[in-house]
Amino acid sequence: MKLTLRIWRQTGPDEPGRMTTYDVTGISPDMSFLEMLDHLNEELILAGDEPVAFDHDCREGICGACGMVINGRAHGPERTTTCQLHMRHFTDGDTIDVEPWRAAAFPVVKDLVVDRSAFDRIIGSGGYITAPTGAAPEAHATAVPKPVADTAFEHAECIGCGACVAACPNGSAMLFTSAKVVHLNVLPQGAPERESRVLDMVGAMDAEGFGGCTNTGECATACPKGIPLPSIAAMNREYLRALSKGR
Amino acid sequence: MAVTGVAMLLFLVGHMLGNLKIFFGAPEFNAYAAWLRTIGEPVLHYGWFLWLMRLGLVAAVVLHGVAAYQLSRRDRAARPAKYAHRRQRASYATRTMRWGGVILALFIVWHILDLTTLTVNPRGQAHHPYENIVADFRNWYADVFYIVAMLALGLHIRHGFWSAAQTLGANNARRDRALKALANALALVLTCGFIAVPVAVMTGVVS
Repeated sequence: MKLTLRIWRQTGPDEPGRMTTYDVTGISPDMSFLEMLDHLNEELILAGDEPVAFDHDCREGICGACGMVINGRAHGPERTTTCQLHMRHFTDGDTIDVEPWRAAAFPVVKDLVVDRSAFDRIIGSGGYITAPTGAAPEAHATAVPKPVADTAFEHAECIGCGACVAACPNGSAMLFTSAKVVHLNVLPQGAPERESRVLDMVGAMDAEGFGGCTNTGECATACPKGIPLPSIAAMNREYLRALSKGR
Repeated sequence: MAVTGVAMLLFLVGHMLGNLKIFFGAPEFNAYAAWLRTIGEPVLHYGWFLWLMRLGLVAAVVLHGVAAYQLSRRDRAARPAKYAHRRQRASYATRTMRWGGVILALFIVWHILDLTTLTVNPRGQAHHPYENIVADFRNWYADVFYIVAMLALGLHIRHGFWSAAQTLGANNARRDRALKALANALALVLTCGFIAVPVAVMTGVVS
């Protein structure tokens, strides 16, 4: 395959960036999007140019490290992570726009790499449970009904890739925060911090400069893990409940 | 946004149903309009209910607008750099919430000047709402503005009702489809109900 790539190049956090055009040849349809970028970078290195910087880790779609906006869509045209997106979903001769996540709370570090530590600070503010440390507890000590376990697991699937923020026209982190809040708030293990968790995590989210939610639904459409949009309603419910309890 | 929106929506349902009384003729419609001033008597003085209602509605409109302004400011600040690859996001109703809201705000100003204070009404006879409405909708520009505003209202409610359910935590995976259907139904019924009046005047059903 032969492709024209327009990639956002930016040398540092405070440097101006711009879209730069590259022609790449010899792309196999079986390559992942990241392998295609590796291929481009090898050519750039051979030519003595600076390779394109991008985040990646497991390349199995489970770590949440990779992520870029491809043709205006977070993680590209398929509902998966960028590492699991394959070049067979593009056609020979395509022009592909590749940009970093865009949000005030996710400043660009270099090229396609953004600083997502705002997510870490949101998790740090309430994404934990109080449990005695030491030996692992007996597995049946705390009974969890199956539907509750299913809901918790559905939300625990969030890998914190940031696609929701990138896709949201308002740069809002509501879907991410709701996944983290609902995951622990439905479980008995999360019950002791149920109220403080939602208040603190929403507070941390607001403090990071994410936008407000206008329920456009773009986040849930982009989410590679299928976190559902009603999760945001569930978090709002938890928030109102916590406020009414006065904690 | 959600609380003030739902309050205004409840008012609109009553307002639309009241408007439809125009199809029963001038005496009944004018008597209905006069009755609105006597609600709450003898506890409330004549006309007090209407004024309390107006006070509540103005507060709802202003708070709704202020909240929309604050939310928009915050949302724009959260996405300072735009994407080079532009594409349409979300549904038409969702994308037009802000400008649709502006159209509705302008409409409300005209609507009050037209049929409450009668400042810009072509007939402008107090306590004769039926005759004022008929005189009004014989002008094509009043019909166009009214119908455009009601279409904007339908779109606003289509996204707004479901969005309010999300904000207030009333939505969940099971109710999601039903709430969206209800939002569509409310938008359709209110738009058609309101538009029925100028259409009836234009076609001569009401005269």
